[in-house]
Amino acid sequence: MNAVAIEQKKRIHPHKFTLWIAMGSIVMMFAGLTSAYIVKKNQANWVTFELPQLFWYSTGAILLSSITMFIAVKLFKQRNTLKYRSLLSATLLLGIIFIALQTVGFMQLWERGVTLQSTVSVSFLYVIVGLHALHVIGGVIALLVMFAKTFSRKNRNYSSVPVEVMAAYWHFVDILWVYLLIFLLMIK
Amino acid sequence: MSSEAISHGTQAHAMHDDHHDHHHHETFITKYVFSQDHKMIAKQFLVTGIIWAIIGGLFSVIFRLQLGYPESTFPWLEDFLGHWAQGGKLKPEFYYALVTMHGTILVFFVLTAGLSGTFANFLIPLQIGARDMASPLLNMLSYWFFFIASIIMFASLFVQTGPASGGWTIYPPLSALGEASSGSKIGMDLWLVSMAMFIVSSLLGGLNYITTILNMRTKGMSMTRMPLTMWGLFFTAVLGVLSFPVLLSGAILLLFDRNLGTSFYLSDIVVAGKILPNEGGSAILFQHLFWFLGHPEVYIILLPAMSMASEILSVNSRKPIFGYMAMVGSIFAITILAFLVWAHHMFVTGLNPFLGSFFVLLTLLIAVPSAIKVFNWLTTLWRGNIRFTPGMMFAIGFVSLFISGGLTGIFLGNSSLDIHLHDTYFVVAHFHIVMGVASFFGMFAGVYHWFPKMFGRYLNNTLAYIHFWVTIIGAYLIFWPMHYEGFAGMPRRYYDYSNWESFKMFGGLNEFISFVAMIVFAVQLLFVFNFFYSIFKGRKVKSQNPWGSNTLEWTTPINPGHGNWPGEIPEVHRWPYDYSKDGKDFIPQDVPVGEDESKH
Repeated sequence: MNAVAIEQKKRIHPHKFTLWIAMGSIVMMFAGLTSAYIVKKNQANWVTFELPQLFWYSTGAILLSSITMFIAVKLFKQRNTLKYRSLLSATLLLGIIFIALQTVGFMQLWERGVTLQSTVSVSFLYVIVGLHALHVIGGVIALLVMFAKTFSRKNRNYSSVPVEVMAAYWHFVDILWVYLLIFLLMIK
Repeated sequence: MSSEAISHGTQAHAMHDDHHDHHHHETFITKYVFSQDHKMIAKQFLVTGIIWAIIGGLFSVIFRLQLGYPESTFPWLEDFLGHWAQGGKLKPEFYYALVTMHGTILVFFVLTAGLSGTFANFLIPLQIGARDMASPLLNMLSYWFFFIASIIMFASLFVQTGPASGGWTIYPPLSALGEASSGSKIGMDLWLVSMAMFIVSSLLGGLNYITTILNMRTKGMSMTRMPLTMWGLFFTAVLGVLSFPVLLSGAILLLFDRNLGTSFYLSDIVVAGKILPNEGGSAILFQHLFWFLGHPEVYIILLPAMSMASEILSVNSRKPIFGYMAMVGSIFAITILAFLVWAHHMFVTGLNPFLGSFFVLLTLLIAVPSAIKVFNWLTTLWRGNIRFTPGMMFAIGFVSLFISGGLTGIFLGNSSLDIHLHDTYFVVAHFHIVMGVASFFGMFAGVYHWFPKMFGRYLNNTLAYIHFWVTIIGAYLIFWPMHYEGFAGMPRRYYDYSNWESFKMFGGLNEFISFVAMIVFAVQLLFVFNFFYSIFKGRKVKSQNPWGSNTLEWTTPINPGHGNWPGEIPEVHRWPYDYSKDGKDFIPQDVPVGEDESKH
């Protein structure tokens, strides 16, 4: 292998790097929304709201899913495909549970008359939490693809990069949720 | 293709030096349409940008007709615009639509996608010594998202109620309420969808540019050995990646207000005698979110132009760029400050004056890095062995316009003065010179300078000089008088100034401006002709390095294939500005440092 190729291999993998920058970009989007929220809150006629109880359970689910994802990456690196598959499916399942709980939480809010249009504060809640859920759904779709790939006979690629990229994104949406939850609890 | 594939490509090339192209078979579709070659994608961006520039420029000529000749009718306009120009007179609704689309097209589609998209794609891999972008696939998608955005925006020109007409800044409530104006209906929806696609495009592009620059530089190409173009394009991408998402969040809230009955931006609004139920929102909130992108956007447009001008000035002065690290530091300072000055667009919105004074200070601070850059450009030119190539002419023109337009920024950055000048023609003059025309000059400089690398042919010089002189004189003739109109209080956005006693005296001046605008537009068509003619019929490039430039793109073959270098990627041994050193005219970056060589 010539010098240039070695030089280029030493650096961080471009896909991982791209993901890191993309995370910065997503952070900026939520920073925009949460700062708009703060600006709006400091104006008159702000109505406070209570978060649905279910959000605590969903928080538990997504935190747990981060742990399963973490172990899954380790297992993949150890070439323990069977256990990797089960941990990956556990992560996938917990991700789906998270989205389901968020949805049911919102449905309960809606039934209590706290709808999207009721006050600006609640509109913010719906948009911010909804956009986060969309990012989790994106992660779930990616997990599904990864899951399908573990069964593919054609797949002879043992590079851990895709798994690591997936895991980094998954931890990211987890941390993002914890930030949003704390934000919404502290400032309402 | 991942970097591994690229690395393998490197290996393969090392083994087969005569092997010119990459291994995969290329058809017309993969070569010219769904190409993953960064050079072809750059050309796609450039050509799309040129088409948009013609449309956007034409719109300005049409609305200048209304401003310059408010009492005349132009029957041919009716043939062209139909019911929007009944009896040969532009309808006020369509006047606003034209102004809005002119701004949108020029700011986003031409000077963001057309400028960054072209030169970041073209120059980054070539100047840092990479075979392609970090992710050629994302790069291709970036263009096609831009293409979809273009199609949707173009389609919005033909809907019955007309395109968006609330200004390129889409302030609510005009943008949030369908019933607010004819341009607030489907035209506005299409605008938002198109911009969402556009944001995706620029994010995909930006991710790639940053990753490629940080990750894929050739051996020896440390960050401080990069040409200034790379620094400019790098920070441009950083600005885009961090500010466009905020516009996206603002636009999402706007979409909710438009379609789902929320009230983020709406409160106590009466339309046609009907009180709307929306309560508790704030239109100012949108302005904050918009300008948090909107101001960095100015530098997204300016930084590529600045950095290309730096490179071209140095090459054609046959002198090293003066103050390389100061230039890098200035670009960095501008990037940081760009995020901290957005509220200077909002001094008259009832912003707390105490808060305003911070924004005044931060805004005026931008004068420091800007002045450093100007000083360095002038000192680079000083006693240089200047070659007045068309690219060089436009680069010098850029410096001239940047100074003229930048100085009026100091006026506007002061909140006390801005209260008088806000929304007058002074503002129009300021941003057109410093952001619009200056960036166009940077872009033209880039096109004239790198055209030989792009197409293996030269542009026609005679046409280029005509293009330069008419454009620079014309630009000053158009925008200089607007400062006076603005000082006299003439507001922007009015459809007909002849109705006001106080602005009647500017009738002749407005007519003059419109007349010059038409000439300048006609000369741009000359450039377009030169561009397309020269692609096929221009004088062929005979030498590998026609400008005697140090940067790596000139070490590739005259018509490089996908992969850029037929053999190994050159190794870099020095910075890119060793001009007129030790008795040599220039020493390219891939030449090893001699033992007896003096330090730069």
